[in-house]
Amino acid sequence: MTELVLESRPDINADLTADQIRLEDLQTEEMLVNMGPQHPATHGVLRVVLRTDGEMVLEAVPHIGYLHRCAEKIGENVAPYQYIPYTDRMDYLAGMNDNLAFALAAEKLAGMELSRRAQLIRVVFAELNRIASHLVSMGTYGLDMGAFTPFLYAFREREMILDLFEAACGARLTYSYITVGGVTQDLPERWIDVCSEFLDYFEPKIDEYNNLLSFNHIFVKRTANVGVITPEDALAFGLTGPVLRGSGIRWDLRKAQNDLGYDEFEFDVPIGEGLKGTLGDCWDRYYVRILEMKQSVRILRQALARLPDAPGDAYDKRGKTMKLPADEIYYELENPRGQLGFYIQGNGSTIPARVKARGPSFCNLSVLTHIGTNCLLADIAAIVGSIDVVMGEVDR
Amino acid sequence: MAQITLPWTPKDPEKLRAYRAKAVKLLFGLALLQLLTAGALYTVFSIGVPARIEDWKVIVVVLGVLGPAAGFGACFLGGLAVILYRQIGAFLRLPWVAFVLFCGGVVGACLLVWAHALLFDFTKHMLEKPIGTTEVATDLLGSGLVAPLTVREIYSEIRSVIPQPLAAYLLWPLQFDLVRDLVALAGIIGFVSIVPVFGIWWERKVAGRIQSRLGPMRVGGWHGWLQSPADGLKLIFKEDFIPPEGDRILFRLAPYLTFVPAICAFIALPFAGAYVFRDLDVALLFILAMLGIEVVGVILAGWASNNKWSVYGAMREACQMVSYEIPMGMSLLIPVMTVGTLRLTAIADAQGDGFHSWLLFRNPFCFVAFFCYYVAALASCKRAPFDLPESESELVAGFHTEYSGFRWSLFFFGEYAAMFIVSGLAVILFLGGWKSPFPESWALQTGGPWYQDFVARVLNGMLLKEGPILFILKAAFLYYVQLWVRWTLPRIRIDQVLYGCVQVLLPLTMLVLLGNTFWILATKHLELGWVDTLDTIFHAALVILGYILVIGMIAIAAYGYMNRRRLVGTLAVDHLPGA
Repeated sequence: MTELVLESRPDINADLTADQIRLEDLQTEEMLVNMGPQHPATHGVLRVVLRTDGEMVLEAVPHIGYLHRCAEKIGENVAPYQYIPYTDRMDYLAGMNDNLAFALAAEKLAGMELSRRAQLIRVVFAELNRIASHLVSMGTYGLDMGAFTPFLYAFREREMILDLFEAACGARLTYSYITVGGVTQDLPERWIDVCSEFLDYFEPKIDEYNNLLSFNHIFVKRTANVGVITPEDALAFGLTGPVLRGSGIRWDLRKAQNDLGYDEFEFDVPIGEGLKGTLGDCWDRYYVRILEMKQSVRILRQALARLPDAPGDAYDKRGKTMKLPADEIYYELENPRGQLGFYIQGNGSTIPARVKARGPSFCNLSVLTHIGTNCLLADIAAIVGSIDVVMGEVDR
Repeated sequence: MAQITLPWTPKDPEKLRAYRAKAVKLLFGLALLQLLTAGALYTVFSIGVPARIEDWKVIVVVLGVLGPAAGFGACFLGGLAVILYRQIGAFLRLPWVAFVLFCGGVVGACLLVWAHALLFDFTKHMLEKPIGTTEVATDLLGSGLVAPLTVREIYSEIRSVIPQPLAAYLLWPLQFDLVRDLVALAGIIGFVSIVPVFGIWWERKVAGRIQSRLGPMRVGGWHGWLQSPADGLKLIFKEDFIPPEGDRILFRLAPYLTFVPAICAFIALPFAGAYVFRDLDVALLFILAMLGIEVVGVILAGWASNNKWSVYGAMREACQMVSYEIPMGMSLLIPVMTVGTLRLTAIADAQGDGFHSWLLFRNPFCFVAFFCYYVAALASCKRAPFDLPESESELVAGFHTEYSGFRWSLFFFGEYAAMFIVSGLAVILFLGGWKSPFPESWALQTGGPWYQDFVARVLNGMLLKEGPILFILKAAFLYYVQLWVRWTLPRIRIDQVLYGCVQVLLPLTMLVLLGNTFWILATKHLELGWVDTLDTIFHAALVILGYILVIGMIAIAAYGYMNRRRLVGTLAVDHLPGA
């Protein structure tokens, strides 16, 4: 390559007239740039190799695997209730939802029915964690766009959610609270009141974020019409979650399947409408998350109202001695980042024969090569941020 | 707390104590000896001095008396320092020290203002009065002119005001340009060092309050006031890394190329009528040229680092600064055109009669030009939302990715100094410089009993008439707006930066420039009655708009402060100390 470049340069000693200068001699060179794995905008250890021409990015290829921890293989060596702590290290921003997805898959395989109380508590924690995860996503997206302050605001609110989690289970990041057989312990006293107080505080804050960031002129200019995923592309790439809904496809597993009793709650599934630009651009994906936080607050209010009267125990002891039949199951759940699926194959013992996870971040990341072409360098940060990947789940 | 041990410090505490006692004895002994020498020499020289003085005697007195006296001071302070060595560290950590320093700073500022006002009055009085046959130049400390007085004449003049011969001797070096320059240079370098140190701490506190945090709270006790010096100390001790594949010479050169021009710009930046190192008649062009050199350092830094992200940062800086210099310069031409000079002191003097006479409200074009200038200045200082050259989320750290330690901090010194300079320029050109926002007639009369005189001088210098403190306060407000913008807005993209310059700001400033030209032509040269009426109406409207802006800002701040519990949310206020 080097020789080619040198040959194509004009001979500086030759006395060139204007018509002798060819366009090929004046063209710029392409440059390969490594964005990551230690780069502030890649949210962890994602490495994107960019082929650039000046500020233009001609091609962006994600390289993954820096955080691979054999999470699935571990699942074939431990009982389902022992595997729960490994699941919340996949998507560490939504540990509750990961716990829930695996616990539900295992329970469904073993044919276990839970009490209504355990189910309601699970819904409450899944939705709270959805809010916490979307808050991080929103805050870091602002950070990617150069706005520091929304990040701190988002973390201020997330901190209160983590306080609620800590009060319930003692952990702040890797909870293992939702487990096979319900949740590890019932809610402490006054927890429901504190949570309602938080919701009253939090709901007006969403409008504040909109004023501060979502409808900020510069922010809209940076994100609208950038990284457009058409609905056809979204389906073709198997995207799920807010990335899919941002492209205008109304698909949410909470509505589509009814395992947790979401049908008794009133809520909408927000989709991108191309309000500020093209349908399916970065702003749409971002705004879907903001709207989803509002819907989560709605669900939480309804769930909290029903929780005090809900009968039954929060934890079913059979979860620890549960034997998995010689059967298989593939079960998906709507996580903050998309559909997290677990495939479990039992062999009659307590330890599964095969565990496989379908990470939503992993599948969503695949679209980066498609939309990350012929854009500006700054747009790569906008696109990666709007896909909202968590590398712990991509690499597993 | 870990004790800092220097290599030559004896480990044995007994030995250390003995050394310290010896040092104290030695220093105090020396101090006593010096004092005795100074006293003896003074007695010898002062015999016959009041009657008639020869030029050689002055020098001998200064060298013979002041030298030992200074030596006494140094030795005495050294002895005190050794005694207080252990106490100082503990003392600085006490919570009330910062408060005392703050109060001391305020009192000190008042005293300084007073002393300077007195000194200026004295020199003015001395120079206005013809002495002998010598022609006396005006404005001794101001314009950098040497007063062609002989020592004897000055001495006799000073003697008539100050009866003490020693004080009179002490004053005469002020006549020399060199002494004045040295003092001014020390002032500039001191100020340039203080601006980033204080500015970074202030920025972190402001950012903290904007983000519901407290900012630095630990180092130094009260609100982390020692945070910046501590960071500076850390930076000096950090590894001095130069990329092995980079260009070593250019890599070392680059920080100085950004830092030195920023200091050089202070040469021509007046803090007040007399507080300027050199009152250049092309001061504005000089400062703009100095700010323009900074880009060379940034490009060199990016290139010499041999890092692709650095090159990106450097290229962004190059195209951003080069394009924004044009609207910046053009919007600066408007006040220049209105007043008719490039000399900054003259431009400020033209706005001396309070709020109404500020160039910002002179005509609608000046009003627009101010905002054009401020946006362009943000871009050329690479502050948010134009901080693309160092944008963290895109380019890691931009052009200074590979820099560390002291070299890195030089970039920041340069950046914060440049921030102050562009704010200062805006203040001088549009906001009345060091002149008070109140009309000239509000200034208090000096003279009268000493306490009334003191109050009048201090109030005149700090609020009612003019003074460097007013200038620094105004510049600090514009500086604060830069911080405010940075912690509120997202960053714009490179194509939008260039679009904003070439397609919005450049045509706008061109139009404003053209409009201002015609406006001046119409109001100053055509002598049309209706044009003058229109001018008055616009002037009045802009002044009213200015009042509304100021009052509105204060009202919004007060409303936000009083309702912060409701606005932030009780839950957050109860949980977070910074909310």
